[in-house]
Amino acid sequence: MNTPSLFISGGLNLPPPEIKICFCSLFFYFFSFCCYRAMKILVAVKRVVDYAVKIRVKPDKTGVDTQNVKMSMNPFCEIALEEALRIREAGFAKEVVAVSIGPSQCVDTLRTGLAMGADRGIHVETNSSFLPLTIAKILKSLAEVENPGLIFLGKQAIDDDCNQTGQMVAALLGWPQATFASKVVLDKDKHVATVDREVDGGLETLCVELPAVITTDLRLNQPRYASLPNIMKAKSKPIKKMTVQDLKVDVKSDIEILEVTEPPKRKSGVMVSSVDELIDKLRNEAHVF
Amino acid sequence: MHRFLVKLSSSNQFRSFKNHRLLLPLLPSSKPFTSSSSVSSSPPRQSNRSGYPYSVELFRKISPLSSNSRTLGVNGRSISSEAGRESIEYDVLIVGAGPAGLSAAIRLKQLSQEKNVDLSVCVVEKGAEVGGHIISGNVFEPVALDELLPHWRQEHTPIEIPASSDKFWFLTKDRAISLPSPFDNKGNYVISLSQLVRWLGGKAEELGTEIYPGFSASEVLYDASDKLVGIATKDMGISKDGSKKENFQPGVDIKGRVTLFAEGCRGSLSERIIKKYKLREEVNAQHQTYALGIKEVWEIHESKHNPGEVVHTLGWPLEPKTYGGSFLYHMNDRQVALGLVVALNYHNPFLNPYEEFQKLKHHPAIKRILEGGTVLQYGARTLNEGGFQSIPYPVFPGGAIIGCSAGFLNVPKIKGTHTAMKSGMLAAEAAFGVLHEGINMNTYWDNLKDSWVWKELYAARNYRPAFEYGLLPGMAVSAMEHYVLKGKVPYTLKHGKADHEATNHARKCTPIEYPKPDGVFSFDVPTSLYRSNTNHDHDQPSHLRLRDPKIPEKVNFPEYAAPESRYCPARVYEYVEDEEGKPKLQINAQNCLHCKACDIKDPKQNIEWTVPEGGGGPAYSLM
Repeated sequence: MNTPSLFISGGLNLPPPEIKICFCSLFFYFFSFCCYRAMKILVAVKRVVDYAVKIRVKPDKTGVDTQNVKMSMNPFCEIALEEALRIREAGFAKEVVAVSIGPSQCVDTLRTGLAMGADRGIHVETNSSFLPLTIAKILKSLAEVENPGLIFLGKQAIDDDCNQTGQMVAALLGWPQATFASKVVLDKDKHVATVDREVDGGLETLCVELPAVITTDLRLNQPRYASLPNIMKAKSKPIKKMTVQDLKVDVKSDIEILEVTEPPKRKSGVMVSSVDELIDKLRNEAHVF
Repeated sequence: MHRFLVKLSSSNQFRSFKNHRLLLPLLPSSKPFTSSSSVSSSPPRQSNRSGYPYSVELFRKISPLSSNSRTLGVNGRSISSEAGRESIEYDVLIVGAGPAGLSAAIRLKQLSQEKNVDLSVCVVEKGAEVGGHIISGNVFEPVALDELLPHWRQEHTPIEIPASSDKFWFLTKDRAISLPSPFDNKGNYVISLSQLVRWLGGKAEELGTEIYPGFSASEVLYDASDKLVGIATKDMGISKDGSKKENFQPGVDIKGRVTLFAEGCRGSLSERIIKKYKLREEVNAQHQTYALGIKEVWEIHESKHNPGEVVHTLGWPLEPKTYGGSFLYHMNDRQVALGLVVALNYHNPFLNPYEEFQKLKHHPAIKRILEGGTVLQYGARTLNEGGFQSIPYPVFPGGAIIGCSAGFLNVPKIKGTHTAMKSGMLAAEAAFGVLHEGINMNTYWDNLKDSWVWKELYAARNYRPAFEYGLLPGMAVSAMEHYVLKGKVPYTLKHGKADHEATNHARKCTPIEYPKPDGVFSFDVPTSLYRSNTNHDHDQPSHLRLRDPKIPEKVNFPEYAAPESRYCPARVYEYVEDEEGKPKLQINAQNCLHCKACDIKDPKQNIEWTVPEGGGGPAYSLM
C-alpha cells in the first residue's frame, strides 16, 4: 500500500486559550510527565534458530529440524529490547517487560532479555507453534492486562520471515503502528513518538500517538551485551508464567502447513554454441516463449 | 551483531541462595592453604593476599554498602568494582565446561552436599552454549561416569548405543584389508560427546553449579606473591581498530580460592601457566605432541546403518611416514561419525589434512557407506598424543590443570574422555580438601598417580613413540605391546622432535596434488565450514596474534610454502597478493574453529591463539 509521505500532527486537544493556559499546560505537562514516568513498555521476543546455524528440513517434511540446534533470541527482537531499554534509561518509561510465547525453553530467551536489562518477564507457555495472527491475539490480551504505553517487536522473525505480528497487534488493538523503525524519538510534551521508517523509497518519518506499536529494523541500534553481573542479577528477576487459557485467546488457526521442502538445488549453467541453440533451449526447455 | 545465548537454569534460584557467603563460617584455624611450591611461607590469615585471605576480605567487603565501589550482588556474592572492572569471587572457579570441568563441578557439589558445606562453584565457558565447542570421535568408556554418577544407567542420557563390533582395516588406494582389531570396545558406547557434555551441564546446574557460557577467559590474575587468584573475562564490544563500540562491555575479574583449568587440548591459558610455573620441568616431562582430528557427522541410508559398529583404519590416504588414521562410528538416528586424525609431527609442509580427509571419503569401503547420505555437521580439533611422557606437574599455586589441558589421552585406545573426567574428579576432591580441611593441593597429583588413570597411561606409553621409526616398526611394537608386553618393560620410549620443529623445508619436499571436491562426498572448505555453524563478530580485533608480524612473509611463505594455509581446517590463513604483487598473509579470524592447530604447528611458533569474544566459534551439537 503506497502511503504518501505523512506527517500526522497528533497531540491531545488543547483547551481554548480563554482558560488559564498556564494552569492547564502545567497540569497537562504534569499529567504527561506522570504518564511517561508510569509508562510501561512491552517487548515481544521470539526464540528462533540461531542465525549462524545451518538448518535443514526434517526428513518427514513437516518442518525445519530444531532438535539439537542452537537457539537464540531473534536478532530483530534484541534490537527491539535494546530500544526499549534505552527509552527507559532516558527516563521516558518506568518498566520494560519482556514477553515470549512458546515451549519451556523460552525461559532461557527471557533470561537473556532480563540479563540485558528488562525488569520482568512473562512466559506464555505452549508447545504448539503459533502463526502470527494467534501471537497477535495473545499479545493483544496481554496488552489489555498490562496496559503498556508502547509495544516493541522485531520487524520479523528470522525463521518464518512473516513480518506480520507487529502490524496485526496494532490492528487488533486499534493502535497506531510504525514499522521498520530506524530511529525512534519520544516527545514528552506531546505524548507522541516520531519514528523514521525504512521503506523501499528511502526514509519516511511518521509521528504516532501513544500508545503505539513499533517494529524495529536493523539500523535502529546495536544491542548491548549482557554482562556477567547482570546475568547473575537476572536470575532473581520474576518471570510470570501464563497459558493461552488464562488470556482467553482462541488459538484455532485458519492455516495448516502441508509440507516443508528444501528449495530445489540450483542447476549449473549450460554453455550454448550458437544463437539458434539458445533460442531452441529458451523455447523448448525453459518455455520462456 | 553477534549474540550469545545464555543458558540459565531457573531452578537454580533457591539453591544458589544457599551459597550465601555470609553464612560461611570463618574457616577454622587449621593449616592454611599453601601452594605446593611455597617459597615464602606466608603467615596465616594476616597477609591479605595468600593463605586464607578470602574469608577476611569477604567480611571486609560485606559491611559498607554505601560506597558505590562495593555492592552485594545476588546471593551475597561479593561483587566489587574498582576502576571499571567488577570482581566476583567464588570458592572454586573452573575454566571450561567440558567433560573434565563439569565432572569437577559435579564432584565438588556432591562433596559439599555430603559434608554439608556450602561451596560456590562457577564454570566459565567460551562457547555460546555448553557443548557448543565439544567435538570428539567418540566411543565412550563409562568407567569414570560410573564413579561420578552411578545411577546414570537408570536415567535418560545421550549414552544409548553400545559398541557392537570392532573393525580394523588397513586401507590401500582401492582395498580395505581387515586386520585383527587392537581395540576392545565391549562395554563402551558410541556417543556424541557434545550431547553428553550438555547432559553433564544439566546435572551440574541441578546440583547448584553456576555455569556461564559465552564468557571467554582471556587473562590470568595473580596476586602479589605470584599465586593464581582467578581469571579476567574478555572485554566485549571492541572494534577491529581497538576502539570501543557503542555496546562495549568491560570484562569481569572472576576469582576463585581454587581455580581449575579445563580448557581442553592446548588450552590458551593453561599453556601460559605451564610455561610460567615451569610445570613440565618440575617432573622432567617431555613436550606435548598433538594430532589434528577432522570430523563430519553424516546421516546415511537406513540399509547401511549398523548402530554400534566401530571401524578404525590405518594406511591410505596417509603415507607411511605420517602417523594417523581414520574412524567411522555408527551412532543412533542413522548418523555416523567419520573422521581422520593426522599427527601434527608430519614432515611435508604441503600436506593438507583437510584434503586428505576429503580423499578418504572416496575410498570404496567408505564411499559405500556414505552413498545416498548427507553431511549434518563438520568440525575439527587437535588432540594430545604425548601420553604419559608429556604429563606436566598439574598443580600450581592457586589451582590445578585438569583434562586434556594437562594431557591424559590414552593414545592406543584413542580415548581421553574417561581419563579427563577422572582427573576432574580427583582435582575436585583435592580442592575440597584444600578449602574444607586445609590440606595441600598436591594431593591431586598424589591421587592421580595412585589411580587407574596413571596405570592406564603408563601401560600405553610406548605405542605412539614407536611410530617415530616408521609405520611398520610402529605397528610391530604396538602388536608386541598389545599382546605380550602390555607396558611392563623397563624402558620408556621418547618422543621425537616437537611438532613445529618436525616440518621440513619446502624445497626438500614434493608438493601434493589434491583432487577437486565433487560436492557429493568431498567438499570445499567454505561449504564444510558452513556446516560447523561457526561465527564470530567480524568487528573485533583478530584473536590470532602474530608475535612477529614479518615472519609469515619472511619465513613461512618462502621456506615452508605457507603450511598454515594448508593445515588450518577453516581456511583462516590465506596468502593474497598485495599492491606490489608480493604475498601477504590475510587472517580470516571469523572462520576459526578453535582447533589450535596453528598454535601448535607454526614452524617458528609465531602464531599465538588467544580467545576471541565470548560466544564466538563453532556451534557443535552432534559432534
